[in-house]
Amino acid sequence: MRRRPEIRIPPINNFDWTPRRAAPRVLWVQPSRTRTRGLVRRMSPPEPLTLFRPPFRNYQFDAAYDEMFASPGAPREHYKALFQTLLELPPEELRKTQQAADLSFLHQGITFTVYGNDEGTERVFPNDLLPRIIPHQEWRKIETGLTQRIAALNLFLEDIYHHGRILADGVVPRELVYSCRHFRREMRGLTVPRGIYVSICGTDLVRLPDGSFAVLEDNLRVPSGVSYMLANRKVLKKVFPTLFRDYGVSPVDHYATALLATLRALAPASSSSRHEPKVVLLTPGVFNSAYFEHTFLAQQMGVELVEGRDLLVHDNIVYMRTTAGLRRVDVIYRRVDDDFLDPLCFRQDSSLGVPGLFNAYRAGNVVLANAIGTGVADDKALYAYVPAIIRYYLGEDPILANVHTYLLNDRSQRSYVLEHLDEVVVKAVGESGGYGMLIGPHSTAAEREDFRRRIEAEPRNYIAQPTLSLSRAPCFLEGEVQARHVDLRPYILYGENVTLVPGGLTRVALRRGSLVVNSSQGGGSKDTWVLRA
Amino acid sequence: MNGRRQTTMLSRVADSLYWMSRYLERAEHTARLIDVDLQLRLDQSPEAGAGRWLRLLEVSQVPAPEDGKIDAASLTHVLTLDRTNPSSILSCVAAARENLRQVREQCSTEMWEQLNRLYLQVTSTTESEAWLLHSYVFFRAVREGAHLFQGVTDSTMSHGEGWQYIQLGRFVERTDELARLIGTHFGRLPHPLDQAVESEEYLEWVGLLKSCAAFEAYCKTYTAEIRPLRVAEFLLLNPEFPHSVRFSVDRVHAALLAIGELTERKAEQPVRLAGRLCATLSFSQIEEVMASGAGGYVDSVRWQCAQAHAAIQQVYFDYAVESALVS
Repeated sequence: MRRRPEIRIPPINNFDWTPRRAAPRVLWVQPSRTRTRGLVRRMSPPEPLTLFRPPFRNYQFDAAYDEMFASPGAPREHYKALFQTLLELPPEELRKTQQAADLSFLHQGITFTVYGNDEGTERVFPNDLLPRIIPHQEWRKIETGLTQRIAALNLFLEDIYHHGRILADGVVPRELVYSCRHFRREMRGLTVPRGIYVSICGTDLVRLPDGSFAVLEDNLRVPSGVSYMLANRKVLKKVFPTLFRDYGVSPVDHYATALLATLRALAPASSSSRHEPKVVLLTPGVFNSAYFEHTFLAQQMGVELVEGRDLLVHDNIVYMRTTAGLRRVDVIYRRVDDDFLDPLCFRQDSSLGVPGLFNAYRAGNVVLANAIGTGVADDKALYAYVPAIIRYYLGEDPILANVHTYLLNDRSQRSYVLEHLDEVVVKAVGESGGYGMLIGPHSTAAEREDFRRRIEAEPRNYIAQPTLSLSRAPCFLEGEVQARHVDLRPYILYGENVTLVPGGLTRVALRRGSLVVNSSQGGGSKDTWVLRA
Repeated sequence: MNGRRQTTMLSRVADSLYWMSRYLERAEHTARLIDVDLQLRLDQSPEAGAGRWLRLLEVSQVPAPEDGKIDAASLTHVLTLDRTNPSSILSCVAAARENLRQVREQCSTEMWEQLNRLYLQVTSTTESEAWLLHSYVFFRAVREGAHLFQGVTDSTMSHGEGWQYIQLGRFVERTDELARLIGTHFGRLPHPLDQAVESEEYLEWVGLLKSCAAFEAYCKTYTAEIRPLRVAEFLLLNPEFPHSVRFSVDRVHAALLAIGELTERKAEQPVRLAGRLCATLSFSQIEEVMASGAGGYVDSVRWQCAQAHAAIQQVYFDYAVESALVS
């Protein structure tokens, strides 16, 4: 069931101006570039208060960029229609719709598995009804920015696994690459089809207080969440059919087709059928947190969903065990981490993988997507060098900015961070999913002390970033509209060319004031509408 | 092109579909057994129905409690909501769902939603004091849930290889369930075969027919006069009634033929075993069967059915890789 925030704050009839955290630098929302006319007049404090009618009564602002309002009471141009709809719609109606949507998710079994939690491991992924809307122009910039980024990161991976020019030229420190836990020596000198290492990528973007998007992290190994993007869309089309049509939202439903085309484009020359290479999706199994997504994608693409025990390797050729005997496999979209792919090559205790798979891969008889060893490029310490990587290979300036990152194996940066642990966010470089993180302003002294010790023991394993004020979007919670922090994860496919499905997963930190959007940490998601024009 | 495309089916997937179907059939069967039993008890004196507790436990293959104390509440608990009993309704529905969850991409969305809904309904049921009084709602929900699932499956899933495994599982399970029920009943209730049964006895025989959902169909065929020989003939050898042994075995054979066709393994062991059993049932005379005792006959049916099951496992699900590589 949907998790409600534990603390219930009594409803305040007047608009609450007091920020939730002490000493904000900006009390007012910074007027954005897409300011609407008449805004300045409304900026004077007393009037906006009366503008907020019931569903928005407790809508709060802080230093963060607000996706819906340019200033209190004045919705941005592209949110006006939604704002109007919400004012007109009885909250009871919305509440019923929300219940129907929750139930539909439960019945469809759109769930994820929570690790380290005994009370029923399956949980519905909370979905918020209100769409997050992105104007066409902004999306164009995201699209070109991410295309540039994936091109550069692929060139980088090819380089470090072959000649290592970028390391010889001193642009990226050699020790940073070689000390990375996800660097795979086994991949040295191995040529992958089309030189594409990362063909499926999900990049986390955040919107900064000035309204610009920045990259928070790249997920180049096995990014997940795309099924929720598709499921959310399906629900929203039912909930707001008219609004959806009037807005002119770009479709996302062709994602599975695009994914299949991308995977087929990678097929080896020796594949079983030139026109229809056999593609399969390799899942760790029903206990994996993203199992729903694996089944969903396999079904949508019409490919076989296999587990390690369904595959076997003979004479460097991969077969799957079918009722009619063994069948050859050409491309594996694997949702299993490097470590577990092949017990003969990587972790010996893995029962999720296929013995001999890596040799078949080396022999060029099967293709893995993503390639092995891509994790080195989404290492959180290496992240700091991505702008330099883009400049090095493409000779262009990065279109999307990075978030400022402190590298903790640098003595002066480390001492700065250790002194300001209560202000920054510390992340373990090899972790994902919101595990192994310290959020300074929300942490206790004991947690900070714990991280201080960990950082001093293994500085290479951690990075720090200033605590970002993620932008906030309206969400329908507790029967009214409230603002919550959000991020955005668009999905990028790279086969014959780069494809971005216009949209992505907008993740929401459902707990009041929380900055963590990961599903494993009490996050939810909402549909993302990219406008056609 | 004849519109048919060769598709591949993973052995693991076929295995899951087969077992999913078996578990669901088992849940439906158990729900009907208990429901009929509880209904019957309303018309009987407590002593008259006492013998049926043991038969019910025997049919459900649950060991009787050591102290010999059985009552409606404890028995119903063991057979419906007891998670520690692997063949309770709850366990069966959960196992069916778990199997389908592992092959979700193979079934239609409607199928999954239907089974998931049944699962949520069964798991949210709690036992209470009044539960026994209103339990018929629960049993009806389980039966209807299973029927609905079968209907949804037939109308939303391609009738290809996967569907054939679902059919196969369902009718292998049904053959075994029916044979066990008939064997137990005839073994425990000796009665002159070709005489109409009366009074207390009558209820027991109606109970047997109802447990196979066969009472109405029997009456249509033989009128409401209940004779054990006719009951046996109807439940064992009727070719048209879906809860008869012969009908079930015919379906097993048909599914195996279709699978043999699709996988190009027509002459394999499972088809031959099922074909032999099919032939036995279609040429049997009920008088001969009963002369040598129904128990021996149904035991032989069950044994052959188990052989077919083992052959299916060996040929389609769990074959040796070496032999597959040679061919």
